[in-house]
Amino acid sequence: MTGLKMPEPDSGILKRRDEIIRALQQRVPGEGVISDVDEMRPFESDGLTAYHQVPMIVVLPSTVEEVSAVLKYCHDEGIKVVPRGAGTSLSGGALPLEDGVLLGLGKFNRVVDIDFDNRCAVVQPGVTNLAITHAVAHEGFYYAPDPSSQIACTIGGNIAENSGGVHSLKYGLTTNNVLGLEVVLITGEVIKVGGKHLDSAGFDLLGLMTGSEGLLGVITEVTVRILKRPETARAVLVGFSSSEDAGACVADVIGVGIIAGGMEMMDRLAIHAAEEFAHAGYPLEVEALLIVELDGPEAEVDHLLERVEKIAKAHNAVSVKVSTSEEERLSFWAGRKAAFPAVGRISPDYYCMDGTIPRHQLPRVLTGMREMSEHYGLRVANVFHAGDGNLHPLILYDANKSGELEKAEDFGSDILKLCVEVGGVLTGEHGVGVEKRDLMETMFNDADLDHQQRIKCAFDAKGLLNPGKVFPTLRRCVELGRMHVHGGKVPFPDIPRF
Amino acid sequence: MQDRFKPETVAQVLDVISWGLSNKKPLEIQGAGTKRGIGYPLEVAATLSLSGLTGISLYEPEELVLTAAAGTPLAEIEEVLAGKNQELAFEPADFARLLGSTEANSTIGGIMAANISGPRRLKTGAARDHFLGLKAISGRAEEFKSGGRVVKNVTGYDLCKGLAGSWGTLAVLTEVTLKVLPAAEQITTLIIAGLSDAEAMSAMSMAMNSSCEVSGVAHIPANLVSRSSFSDLAKSGASATLLRLEGIAPSVEYRATQLQTLLGSLGSTKKVTGVDEIWRDVRDVHYFAENQDKAVWKISVPPAQGAIVASAIAAEIPGVEYYFDWAGGLIWAAVPAFNNASQTAIRQCLKSCGGHATLFRAPEEARSTADIFHTLEPGLMTLTKNLKDNFDPSGILNPGRMYRTL
Ligand SMILES: Cc1cc2nc3c(=O)[nH]c(=O)nc-3n(C[C@H](O)[C@H](O)[C@H](O)COP(=O)(O)OP(=O)(O)OC[C@H]3O[C@@H](n4cnc5c(N)ncnc54)[C@H](O)[C@@H]3O)c2cc1C
Repeated sequence: MTGLKMPEPDSGILKRRDEIIRALQQRVPGEGVISDVDEMRPFESDGLTAYHQVPMIVVLPSTVEEVSAVLKYCHDEGIKVVPRGAGTSLSGGALPLEDGVLLGLGKFNRVVDIDFDNRCAVVQPGVTNLAITHAVAHEGFYYAPDPSSQIACTIGGNIAENSGGVHSLKYGLTTNNVLGLEVVLITGEVIKVGGKHLDSAGFDLLGLMTGSEGLLGVITEVTVRILKRPETARAVLVGFSSSEDAGACVADVIGVGIIAGGMEMMDRLAIHAAEEFAHAGYPLEVEALLIVELDGPEAEVDHLLERVEKIAKAHNAVSVKVSTSEEERLSFWAGRKAAFPAVGRISPDYYCMDGTIPRHQLPRVLTGMREMSEHYGLRVANVFHAGDGNLHPLILYDANKSGELEKAEDFGSDILKLCVEVGGVLTGEHGVGVEKRDLMETMFNDADLDHQQRIKCAFDAKGLLNPGKVFPTLRRCVELGRMHVHGGKVPFPDIPRF
Repeated sequence: MQDRFKPETVAQVLDVISWGLSNKKPLEIQGAGTKRGIGYPLEVAATLSLSGLTGISLYEPEELVLTAAAGTPLAEIEEVLAGKNQELAFEPADFARLLGSTEANSTIGGIMAANISGPRRLKTGAARDHFLGLKAISGRAEEFKSGGRVVKNVTGYDLCKGLAGSWGTLAVLTEVTLKVLPAAEQITTLIIAGLSDAEAMSAMSMAMNSSCEVSGVAHIPANLVSRSSFSDLAKSGASATLLRLEGIAPSVEYRATQLQTLLGSLGSTKKVTGVDEIWRDVRDVHYFAENQDKAVWKISVPPAQGAIVASAIAAEIPGVEYYFDWAGGLIWAAVPAFNNASQTAIRQCLKSCGGHATLFRAPEEARSTADIFHTLEPGLMTLTKNLKDNFDPSGILNPGRMYRTL
């Protein structure tokens, strides 16, 4: 991936840069257009820091009209556009293009409407994930999807990536918690899908927009579902001497019908890093640690905790610790939530992967990773959304050592290919972006990818929104539109009779 | 005579679609045909029934996943799931009685293509929220797949959502992979008697805004309760606000007590455990199953506006009957069929609060003249048309079923 190929910059556009800056300034007055290279530096990469590219121009609009005018202009002139929220994408989704406008939504930071009667909040896309919960907390409500980056990442970025969190098993991903969107299409047209009601009239464009990684439209307003906080939540920390035991315990918990609020697993390296960093009280003499959180009415939580403890013991748990206070529960999570920065402290660099597997394949995938780790000579720490099979292997490397980044990337690719091989997928929540773009063919054949690109064609036939992301080869829509004609005729089987 | 194809393999399905494509013969796509009565009547050369493509190919209860061929009867899937105390949490409805259909064997492909969900929609999501993966054949006679068998998956566009609710107009599903969930140990319904629509709205809102995790919230006005299959209700003569609690027994009992404390002052409350038919009536719209000459609307609105919309409709359409599901967010309304089933009045009443109305059942004549699916704003219609042109450029899959020009 280090040899990442992005779409060839359009020299005709680059030559017109000054004229384009002026045109954009007319549409977004004041400080909204940034063209000084040093001032554009902060936008040169996102959470996938191995890649950077200073954009041609940065535009920071503050109204829908401005977004619409910018997009219409770019559409008419054939200029590429990369939308950006907070820039925490771990897959390079917001990586700028040399000949593209970077459209930052940071100024869209207003909570528009909180409607407790309809249990929803209407917010602008630049509002952070956690700010939504803060805005509704006084009435005991919250917004359920909780990516670890929730202090920083924006709801617009969450929609674009269909982000998840540690509570997704029970409460769903972003896509299950969005009710409506206002979207500006690349033509400048403003559309509204969904609203405060359930289900779409017509096709489910809301579902298609969610997880579309900035390739279909620019989100300018979001209506999300908010939930009443569960009456109580308690967590149990369970240590195991093998990841097989931990995995079997998870399968059994779900098998008996318990859908926990969260079920997270960490391996030895991750446990040690997290404990050193956050002093969460994790047991250190174990190979795998499971955090199971149960939330809901008190009567239920107590009852289910007992059952989980029993199951854990039946699977040879070597330590079991139930939180006895809210403080203690939060400390259990503090370690897990800080796992990425914690691993960042024990290694100069780390590379975070995000495959999902059918859970029962965990032992096979962990064994595979151990072998790869030896092969590449790089350590790997594992944190794992165990309930839904979403793995986050963190590959430790040192970018200053020549060749290590490449090795880390190859290691990462091998892990993802293994995920696909065992029936899983390339990405559970971080998105394809540029990072997994060239691996898409391990999961999809040409017909699969062509049909996905036809969605793109329906929204953005000129391919101007965030090109170079998601699809290994962006095929032209005219080409995709053609019917496959053989010898002047569509294939013509005999009339079937059954 | 219309040709009727009932392939038994995916290769044969592909053959039929290729044949339709090369001969410009539009096809009516069916599962078992239980929902034929929904959408514009089709004028097509041939029918492609998926009901011969059956079988559950994967079911792993501890992984909460099931894969089945599109024509697999829903009943078969539900039976297999029940064997492991699991279920389809979105509670797919059976509209056979409502639609006066003799075919009672909904297929899973039809359910997903129509995105049919029941009362639990408001808590657990719609069919589309449980749709993990698919295999399908587009109107280009090309097979493709999307999604996978795991819950957490953002690899590429979510075509499961794209096809859920597209009523077979973009592609023909051949296989679906679904998320399944544990079934509740106990189901208890709290019934509050005698509330007006407006009082019911605030009761339902209080229940939803509590931490009691209600999984079904409906209100049946007094004029309809006599049609309930639960005789206690049918005999009561008073409106019934229904609040469902599900889960393990101690939890359900605990929450029932909480709810009673919260809402007890509003009216006399009664607690019943079990009695599946209470929710089956709501889910399958049994309240309007008789009297087939009336038209039935499915109206989705912001829940808190339910009663306001319903009373606006009642003021416009004499003789309208209605009840609420989804805590007020879903209004089922039965109206006289003439005058395009009063579509103008119904849709006018939604203008100020947002939402949409679908003419779910109507006699043939009204079906062919009314706008069955909610009219889309021009921008949305263009996108919709673009999607159709990309997936089915020759218009051979259910042409005109959702929108006349599609
Ligand atoms: C430490 C750390 C922890 C993380 N933990 C998690 C986690 O637990 N779960 C998880 O799912 N992710 C996680 N992430 C990844 C990341 O935070 C999410 O993908 C997040 O949703 C990105 O939001 P953003 O505002 O930063 O978007 P950006 O990074 O700015 O953009 C992401 C994508 O969205 C597009 N986009 C942004 N805004 C818009 C808009 N308004 N309209 C259209 N397209 C838009 C961009 O073009 C880009 O393709 C983590 C990241 C970090 C750095």
